[in-house]
Amino acid sequence: MRPSSARTPLIVRIGQSFDARSWQMAGLFAAFALLAVPIMHLVLPPAHPLHLSTYFITLIGKILCYAIVAVAMDLIWGYGGILSLGHGLFFALGGYAFGMYLMRQIGRDGSYQSDLPDFMVFLDWKELPWFWLGSDSFVWVALLVLVVPALIAFVFGYFAFRSRIKGVYFSIITQALTYAAMLLFFRNETGFGGNNGFTDFKRILGYSITAPETRVVLFGLSALALLGTLLLARTLVTSKYGRILTAIRDAESRVMFIGYNPLWYKLFVWTLSAVLCAVAGALYVPQVGIINPSEMSVANSIEIAIWVAVGGRGTLIGPVIGAFIVNLAKSWFTVSFPEYWLFFLGTLFIVATLYLPQGVVGLCRKLGVKRDRHPLAPAAKGIQA
Amino acid sequence: MNAVDLPLNNNPDWDSGTAELGHLLKPGELDLSHKVILYLEDITVSFDGFRALNKLSLAIDAGELRCIIGPNGAGKTTMMDVITGKTRPDEGSVFFGQTIDLTRLSEPEIAHIGIGRKFQKPTIFENHTVFENLELAMKTDKRVWRSLFAQLDSAAGDRIAETLQLIRLDAQADRLAGLLSHGQKQWLEIGMLLMQEPKLLLLDEPVAGMTDEETERTGELFLSLAGKHSLVVVEHDMAFVKQLGSKVTVLHEGSVLAEGTLEEVQSDARVIEVYLGR
Repeated sequence: MRPSSARTPLIVRIGQSFDARSWQMAGLFAAFALLAVPIMHLVLPPAHPLHLSTYFITLIGKILCYAIVAVAMDLIWGYGGILSLGHGLFFALGGYAFGMYLMRQIGRDGSYQSDLPDFMVFLDWKELPWFWLGSDSFVWVALLVLVVPALIAFVFGYFAFRSRIKGVYFSIITQALTYAAMLLFFRNETGFGGNNGFTDFKRILGYSITAPETRVVLFGLSALALLGTLLLARTLVTSKYGRILTAIRDAESRVMFIGYNPLWYKLFVWTLSAVLCAVAGALYVPQVGIINPSEMSVANSIEIAIWVAVGGRGTLIGPVIGAFIVNLAKSWFTVSFPEYWLFFLGTLFIVATLYLPQGVVGLCRKLGVKRDRHPLAPAAKGIQA
Repeated sequence: MNAVDLPLNNNPDWDSGTAELGHLLKPGELDLSHKVILYLEDITVSFDGFRALNKLSLAIDAGELRCIIGPNGAGKTTMMDVITGKTRPDEGSVFFGQTIDLTRLSEPEIAHIGIGRKFQKPTIFENHTVFENLELAMKTDKRVWRSLFAQLDSAAGDRIAETLQLIRLDAQADRLAGLLSHGQKQWLEIGMLLMQEPKLLLLDEPVAGMTDEETERTGELFLSLAGKHSLVVVEHDMAFVKQLGSKVTVLHEGSVLAEGTLEEVQSDARVIEVYLGR
């Protein structure tokens, strides 16, 4: 960003963070998600060759949510050099928070016809625990989705970064964090449905959750959230903040000795990343219709890192591609050769680590689709323009 | 930082020199009323029983250019670590001017009040351009919120352009810093230090790996900076120390062995013994 005499308004800067080609792609993607998909799912009869099945809408909608998580992961790992192996926790927390609202929307249509969620009746609870108060309000729950993961990420990050815990030690602690949370949520007494979690949702904002129209809206919202996440992330990494973040990744002591405190820089991107994951989780749960503690398992969080590694770290678009490749492969494998899926995933990760340090995006660039001068310096792009 | 930290000024008789009656001490502000910018007093640092610094005392005047020499393991880098807040001394005090106790500040805080440090191994941001390296180092509000919305104004652009010329990298402004030669990296790091507008520069082997010509130009640059800034140069290259022609402090086993002009210390019997071995 070369100096100019007048300040550029923020909205213009956000707009400029995508180049013309990226905007074209974004426009095409939005048109597909918001126009083509509804028409192909709702208007075209099931027999029509272009008709999109419910299976397709749910699968792609789910992967769109995963892609948001992958971009959030790329912000901290690709740009900040912080590898979290517990990001599934924030995704699950967002999902659980929104799941509380969905449980309350069931009303008296549950198996026990009670005002309380079924699992509470089963546990013989007479009233809602305090943390369920207000969970019938969409606005309150939307707030919880944002605030609870942010608070947990902030407090955890503050102590971890202040103690200058880095690298593999940080990764291990994040694993322990998500594992501990999983054990906590497995307990019935925690008040989140134990190992069954939340399921059997009926409505969202009064609309049937299984109605094709609702699915199409949730799909569109997920697509918009992914676009918004990409735009926000791109703006962030092309700002001065983004340049400092990559500087911390590359030479933290130099950053400190020129007067920046890495603690707050890391904490900001870490907390933002957690919130993005939580939003993705909240969009995910109504589409798949279930949330349970297995979302917090360590393996899930490691898989997030694999999406990013396969797609290409520090590229933002790469992790989206990675999330699609791995999850499409997973849905095919787990149907056709379920016993080989984990072997395939492991092989994919090893191949990506050994031969594709920049993932699929790096491979494309190597093959001649050159867009950036240097793949690891996305921040430099703005300077050249 | 409160009055308790300022034992030097509790006694009015101590006040002499330029400090006048009614001279106010402002904690946290650099006070050079005694013409000394950096005091190290009886600093001791031990690592697992090994005394890297042993009751080291040193004073650097404002505007002074000082060379520090000494054999390997004499404690030169540890001394820099103590001044910049990376290592906390077990004993002793470090004051920046009269009022700022450096042992209570963090690394970024010390950078903020005006101490810049160049590492032994050039440490620059290799994945950023030369221009961006200078931009990030520039003296400004360095809090997260400011950085999120920061934009370069033309005055800042001019400052970067000036520094680029000074370190002779104006033709390389848009190159990735990682692609520079070793000597150019050293210069870039010096340029980053200057962008911070520090009052005190700590330079750890600034000419290591430079060609003779680059070394000489670096010497000229340092001499032109002295006066406006205070410089502490740790160096092994005696030709370079000679070119600077400044007061030399010899460290040995964590404390000061000798101090004086280069000729004086070179003729000191103890220094000769330390350097030539016993």
